Amino acid sequence: MSSRSRTAILGAIVLLFLLWLIVYPLILVLIEGFQGPGGWTLDYLRQFFGRRNEAQALWGSLWISLATVALAGAIGIPLAYLFWRYDFPGRSVLGGLVALPAVLPPLVGVIAFLFLYGESGFTSLLVQRLLGLDEPPWRLQGAPAILLVHAYSMYVYFYLFTRAGLASLDVAVFEAAASLGAGRWRTIRRIVLPLLYPSLGGGALLTFMTALASFSAPYIFGGGFRVMTTQIVATRLNGDDQLAMIETASLTLLALVALWLLRGAPRGEDPASGRKGVPPALIPVRRPLARILVALLGWSLALVLLLPHLTLLLVSFVPVGTWTTEPLPPSYTWRNYLTLVVDPVRTRPLLNSLWLATAATVASVGIALLAGILSVRRRVPGRRVIQGLLALPWAVPGTVFAIALATAFSIREPLLGRFILVGTLWILPLAYLVRNLPITSRAVLAGLRALDPALDEAAATLGAGRWRTLRRVTLPLLRPALVAGASLAFVTAFGDFVTSIMLYTYDTRPISLEILSSLRQSDVGVAAAYGVVLMAVSAAVFAVGAEQGSPG
Amino acid sequence: MDELLGPARSRHGPQVNPFLQLENLTKRFDGMTAVDQVSLSLERGEMVALLGPSGSGKTTTLRLLAGFEVPDEGRVLVEGDDVTKVEPVARRFGMVFQHYALFPHLDVGENVAFGLESLGVRGEQLASRVAGALALVDLTGFERRRIGQLSGGQQQRVALARALAPEPRVLLLDEPLSNLDPALRERTRREIRQLIRRVGITTIFVTHEQEEAFDLGDRVAVLRAGRLEQVGPPEDLYAMPANEFVAEFVGRSSRIPVTVLGPGERGLRISVEGVEWDLTDGNAPAVSPGPALMVVRPEALRLLPPGPGALHGLVTDRRFAGSSSLFTIQTDGGATLEVSGPPRSVASGDRVGIMPSRRSGGGIHLFTRPSQ
Repeated sequence: MSSRSRTAILGAIVLLFLLWLIVYPLILVLIEGFQGPGGWTLDYLRQFFGRRNEAQALWGSLWISLATVALAGAIGIPLAYLFWRYDFPGRSVLGGLVALPAVLPPLVGVIAFLFLYGESGFTSLLVQRLLGLDEPPWRLQGAPAILLVHAYSMYVYFYLFTRAGLASLDVAVFEAAASLGAGRWRTIRRIVLPLLYPSLGGGALLTFMTALASFSAPYIFGGGFRVMTTQIVATRLNGDDQLAMIETASLTLLALVALWLLRGAPRGEDPASGRKGVPPALIPVRRPLARILVALLGWSLALVLLLPHLTLLLVSFVPVGTWTTEPLPPSYTWRNYLTLVVDPVRTRPLLNSLWLATAATVASVGIALLAGILSVRRRVPGRRVIQGLLALPWAVPGTVFAIALATAFSIREPLLGRFILVGTLWILPLAYLVRNLPITSRAVLAGLRALDPALDEAAATLGAGRWRTLRRVTLPLLRPALVAGASLAFVTAFGDFVTSIMLYTYDTRPISLEILSSLRQSDVGVAAAYGVVLMAVSAAVFAVGAEQGSPG
Repeated sequence: MDELLGPARSRHGPQVNPFLQLENLTKRFDGMTAVDQVSLSLERGEMVALLGPSGSGKTTTLRLLAGFEVPDEGRVLVEGDDVTKVEPVARRFGMVFQHYALFPHLDVGENVAFGLESLGVRGEQLASRVAGALALVDLTGFERRRIGQLSGGQQQRVALARALAPEPRVLLLDEPLSNLDPALRERTRREIRQLIRRVGITTIFVTHEQEEAFDLGDRVAVLRAGRLEQVGPPEDLYAMPANEFVAEFVGRSSRIPVTVLGPGERGLRISVEGVEWDLTDGNAPAVSPGPALMVVRPEALRLLPPGPGALHGLVTDRRFAGSSSLFTIQTDGGATLEVSGPPRSVASGDRVGIMPSRRSGGGIHLFTRPSQ
């Protein structure tokens, strides 16, 4: 049939496009790492193994990621259980706050921690003043600093995954366990944990991958502590391009090995769209002492969660150069926000981020939709590969893709599919697009799979052709999935730092880079103001996404 | 009236002018033949049930008719036109899906209008035809209701109205009643029958429930493993099953091995567990002497006190079924027979005799078996 073969050809084009955009640059990195001036060489590989720094960086990446999983799990899992099982004072308020770290883009979260807990941040100055010390009581640096930021921002994954897992449990299961004489601990050990295992695995995998790819925290706080993401950027800045390629390959390998080891876990199971079981009745905390204790704990937790946001807001009103050693800034001004709007140099990054993120989001939604319909509905040959390719950038750290795209698109060889995009305004949207594809396609694929194929068939028996079916049936029904995927993708691209720092040009500098340069000029107020804007836009997009995305 | 006319109409013998024809339809999936040489002709306005257990190929046959699958062999003809390769979009076959497949984001009116819009119907005419279709299924004024607000029965009627609104040439129903609760099922069945008769549309529907097939179908086509076993009006299927499968699948029956001895004094003489019975000619078609399987309806047997000429056994179970009861008898020879009789005539544990009932009226069927 001709329409069937046309569909197959379209599928092949999509497949080739994804191979070109996602796999090809990665392969080029591998090739170039083994090519010197005189052809193939193992020199750079030898260099890599010869230097202690490299091993330290790889090891650093690995153990920081594992420690992050442990810490985030230790916070997120009990918290989720607490919310699922117990009623306590302030439960609903706290419930609204626990996901707060999610609205802080990575770099913004890091600078908020800097202002809050850094050497000259509020808390250290406060402690110094209170204890009358000559020096700040601590320095926010190295592995502990990175872990602190990671635990704060990534426990949310564990929390959400665990809650989704718990939400899918049915109270009847526990009643059955109780009727069979199982006590609380036996029920948790034999029933709850095994049933939660997929959710916990999903949370662990997501946390590990995010921590492995983390760049902002080690970049700002790392000091002498090495992890691979920052090492790659440093090597690249030194001009050792080939060594950077080998490092990139090693990080990719680490990510893929981790993925393979945890392959049993349901990758990226959407915490929002789980099955819904009947939850057990909440157990009220009744004993007065316990109530006070729980309330106290709850409110301190709320404070800890909220402090970075508040700090950012406070610092955004600090005039440049006025806040030095006082615990609280001595004066406040609106000037920082005004500058963002009035000063064209300051406004530019905002507009840049806006159009870059919008373009990347629109393109990634379009590609995900096309690839999704071809692979789920039309079942074109190679659909598995298409779906795998769409998910692949999720497993590969952003630094790796930045290097890969910078490598692939720095020379002009149209016959080999290589064009000069580096230094143009196209490289950043392309990079954002690659990073957005897993986000939008996961939403679109899940949405498409949830649609009853009989709806398409019903439209056909009623005489509606492909376009009319798409426009009148498929797209309206996919809208929640599209909105959810698009808003998450937009927020990710809007706050991107890790790929931007390697690929931006002055004309396309995004907000995150402007935050960095403001910090370097000690203009903390403007940096914080940018941060607040990022945070507000993220929160607004999430809110709109949650509202528009809900069906009905 | 319809009930009387319907079956009668289809008993004209060979049809001169079939409206819908299935010719040797064959569909294979991965080397497995799902539909195997199925041929069937329908008169205009006729209603045929495709009846069979799950995996018998009835749904695939329906999908071949709708155009969702393309047959490997065979043709589908409407009034002599070959539509086998016509896309579902252009085929103008209406379909009611098993789970209705109503568009959840459109309201009732928009759902019903969907197919009319494909035909270019707009404005006033669209509104009046939507209203007409809804009136047909007794849902006048439901245009602006959301799908989620409807009961299961109402959703089913909307699906029917939506399929009928564009006036399709053929109506296909996929297990139309399977999603309704039993209490509603019988009423809906009646409504569907009346509606389709009134519209006069040629209809094929799929079901695995014999009662549904008998009640709705002018004729019933029994499918097994992709093959058409028998096609005919319900009473023919019941009284003259073509083979063992149809005899057992259609209606209640039990089975017992027998030996056919040959012509007797008052009919065909058989031996059952050492007892000899003469089956009057109405009961059993001529079967050559030798081992055979007897498939027997509960009402074709009667219970009596143990005595000569009767098959003997023990009552193991009794089920009340209105004016009569169904008794399960374990015969001395080890067979299990179901016999109907007056509700309290015997009790569990009683020893009884069994004889063919005097008016067994086609309730006993013999099928030759290769010697075991």
